Amino acid sequence: MEEKIILNIYRQDPSIEQKGQLQKFEVPYVDGMVVLDAVRYVQEKLDTTLAIRWNCKAAKCGSCSAEINGMPRLMCKTRVDTVGHNITVTPMGAFPLIKDLVTDVGENWEILRKIPKFTPREDMESPWKMQQMDVERSKEFRKCIECFLCQDVCHVIREHSTPYFGPRHVVKAASMDMHPLDSEDRSRMLDQVGGLGFCNITKCCQDVCPEHIHITDNAIIQEKERAVDNFYDPLARLIKRKKTKERSVA
Amino acid sequence: MAEQYLNTESDILIIGAGGAGMRAALAASDAGLKVTVVSKSLLGKAHTVMAEGGIAASLGNVDPKDNWQAHFGDIIEEGVYISNWRMAEILAKEAPQRVYELERYGALFDRTPDGRILQRAFGGHSYRRLCHVGDRTGLEIIRTLEDQVIHRQNVKIIDELYITSLLKKDGKVIGAIGLKMDKGEFHCFKAKAVVLATGGCGRVYKITSNSWESTGDGLGLAYRVGAKLQDMEMIQFHPTGMVYPPGVKGLLVTEGVRGEGGILYNSKMERFMERYSPQKKELDARDVVARANYAEIQEGRGTEHGGVYLDISYKGADFVKQKLPSMYMQFMEFAGVDITKEKMEVAPTTHYQMGGVRVDPDTGMTDVKGLFAAGEIACGLHGANRLGGNSLADILVFGKRTGEGATDYAKTAELVEVREEDIQNEISRVLSFLKPDGINAYDLIDELTSTMSDNVGIVREPDRLNIALAKILELKEKYPKVSAPGGRKYNHGLLAAMELSNMLVATEAIVRSAIMRPESRGAHTRKDFPKKDRAWLKNILCSDVGGEMKLDTEPVPTIPAELMELVKQEVY
Ligand SMILES: Cc1cc2nc3c(=O)[nH]c(=O)nc-3n(C[C@H](O)[C@H](O)[C@H](O)COP(=O)(O)OP(=O)(O)OC[C@H]3O[C@@H](n4cnc5c(N)ncnc54)[C@H](O)[C@@H]3O)c2cc1C
Ligand code: SF4
Ligand code: SF4
Ligand code: FES
Repeated sequence: MEEKIILNIYRQDPSIEQKGQLQKFEVPYVDGMVVLDAVRYVQEKLDTTLAIRWNCKAAKCGSCSAEINGMPRLMCKTRVDTVGHNITVTPMGAFPLIKDLVTDVGENWEILRKIPKFTPREDMESPWKMQQMDVERSKEFRKCIECFLCQDVCHVIREHSTPYFGPRHVVKAASMDMHPLDSEDRSRMLDQVGGLGFCNITKCCQDVCPEHIHITDNAIIQEKERAVDNFYDPLARLIKRKKTKERSVA
Repeated sequence: MAEQYLNTESDILIIGAGGAGMRAALAASDAGLKVTVVSKSLLGKAHTVMAEGGIAASLGNVDPKDNWQAHFGDIIEEGVYISNWRMAEILAKEAPQRVYELERYGALFDRTPDGRILQRAFGGHSYRRLCHVGDRTGLEIIRTLEDQVIHRQNVKIIDELYITSLLKKDGKVIGAIGLKMDKGEFHCFKAKAVVLATGGCGRVYKITSNSWESTGDGLGLAYRVGAKLQDMEMIQFHPTGMVYPPGVKGLLVTEGVRGEGGILYNSKMERFMERYSPQKKELDARDVVARANYAEIQEGRGTEHGGVYLDISYKGADFVKQKLPSMYMQFMEFAGVDITKEKMEVAPTTHYQMGGVRVDPDTGMTDVKGLFAAGEIACGLHGANRLGGNSLADILVFGKRTGEGATDYAKTAELVEVREEDIQNEISRVLSFLKPDGINAYDLIDELTSTMSDNVGIVREPDRLNIALAKILELKEKYPKVSAPGGRKYNHGLLAAMELSNMLVATEAIVRSAIMRPESRGAHTRKDFPKKDRAWLKNILCSDVGGEMKLDTEPVPTIPAELMELVKQEVY
């Protein structure tokens, strides 16, 4: 007999329905299938009006974020055999709902616009030279696929109305602050405009990051320290900063 | 009652926010123009994020002998002499500038010991030429360009907006109509010039490495307003896609694995590439390796799940994890295979369209005034076989050039009024799919993609091609009965209905062109014509003549003598 799994998928179009509900579907199980395969089966064969968002199906684009049995995860990276045969899929709770599993993550680009872009030092001869070791520090943050699962899980964003940009955006700032040839320091703006102080280092964000970025340890704490250094001892900070940047240059 | 819609006017409308679209937007923005970029996926999610191995540019950082001349020669030879020489020349000359520019925009490439951009080997390139960011080069390109684009005041981005048709008046493209999926709203775009940067059509095959969005929309959009599609029979099959588990079948295993030393074995543990390509072995061009893998599997020397083995484990765990981190994760998480200890199982997968909309090499203008195209949707550079890394170079080099070409055109063009009737007709056409009880577009897409994978694969034979053509024509007949229940907001059924019409244009062009070319050249292999034929040093063109697809051929433009010196004479 064909093996089946049960999917309970959240359905709601908030423009016409006040409340959402879980709808149950039966889907044939295929060896090695991921939750996205099962959800797509529903969309293609059982109910084409089901709204989902996906693109790469390879855990590379960060489109298919949802909550699977309550855990923020990528649907395309979650194998069915790791979450059981009765699966509940709901949209990310921290973002306004568009329809079914699709949420409005547009506010993230508004935040990204506020973070100064990469600003190279002006005294560099081209082509630039950098050491692999120095490139490596920023590289971790560049793995970010903008799935916004870290934003979804962060209690500061979920439960409070604060100016906090959120973990993804600290990672973005860090990816440029730790570029060996960047001349900006974004820690101050993260602190003053981006509400960095609201983060109380619970590390929930780094636990859900599908790219295994050490969001709290390597980005948030570093940026917090910089901001503090800057505030209390700008001169010492300047010297320290200059030194690290010099070391970076081959 | 007339339907409501939103109006956007800009100098340039760019359809697509992959590497090509965003680079074109920067070019037009640099010139001070008002630019609108639309994409059917979210900003930053375009298919380009999947690119892994790297971007080809003859910096000569690792192999100092490399130069643009060598790169040019490789493109022409590996494209089996049907590439457009001028596009190859432009690409070879300008790719290094685009790479350094990307670095100035903020991209962080891997480095050589003396601090320069590191370059790796890739199939068909005579030198180590691929600049890379581990195996996430596409992601770095997208993030870097995204960061530039969102900080421009004169660039407006509207994502999750699906362009349903282009608007044309007096022989010129003057704008487009689209549906904003997340809102369910229609938009009318008026623009002096329109750039198509919609990527490829890999999803017309069942087994593919491509994203959801790669349904060849640009092919349909351009074809319907009179643009010509060229070299459509040239579909690249990447030699190494995953085969197991079924859910990830087709997912790409980057050529970087072979670039870093990966070896292919059949089930008898023979290193079979020594037979097919004694010199270049695993690093021969993609068409050669893909055919070898295919033959081994066909002749019964395949693995348990119908693939061949690819081994990198002999290089040691540290090396593999540092050089190929996402491959390590991909196999670990999707297949439960530890590639630092075990061999991978791989088989060919649909990967890239070498063909596409014919463009002017210097400006990117199509055969229709006001319409430009760049990136995977545009045709000419790669001929019968694309070299790895040349596509990322393509999207930056020709993204910029086409952005500039469209800018020059827009400076002398005017915004044209769109007739209300045309807008209302298009909106009605789209809304007419919204009915409860027609044919589900996904069912037809399933039939179409299976037909393509079964019959129009690596090795082609007339009977099979004719079966595919008959199927496509049958689906075209059924198409008017396609419908989708539900409303206009985030309705994938509706989207699939519209994508299907573009997929039908793409597949008809692929199959008809494949039937027309009676030889084996590059990615196109005919069982009944196993050799190359000098008489077919031609490009095949498809165009819409009164609702029918008509095919023509044109001789490949002659390479000027001074450039010909850089290329080995073609042997037959
Ligand atoms: C797994 C994988 C790995 C690869 N690795 C490499 C590599 O290492 N090196 C290399 O050179 N190449 C590589 N390639 C190929 C390369 O990534 C692509 O060819 C290239 O990124 C295409 O870019 P593009 O800008 O032309 O289009 P895309 O990135 O495909 O973008 C298309 C855009 O158009 C939009 N669009 C499409 N249709 C519509 C519509 N109807 N309305 C509105 N918007 C629309 C999409 O939303 C998207 O924004 C790889 C490809 C794959 C699949
Ligand atoms: S560590 Fe900070 S950003 Fe991360 S989840 Fe906790 S509060 Fe939010
Ligand atoms: S930091 Fe990790 S969890 Fe957050 S958006 Fe990026 S990839 Fe997703
Ligand atoms: S579909 Fe791209 S991350 Fe899941």
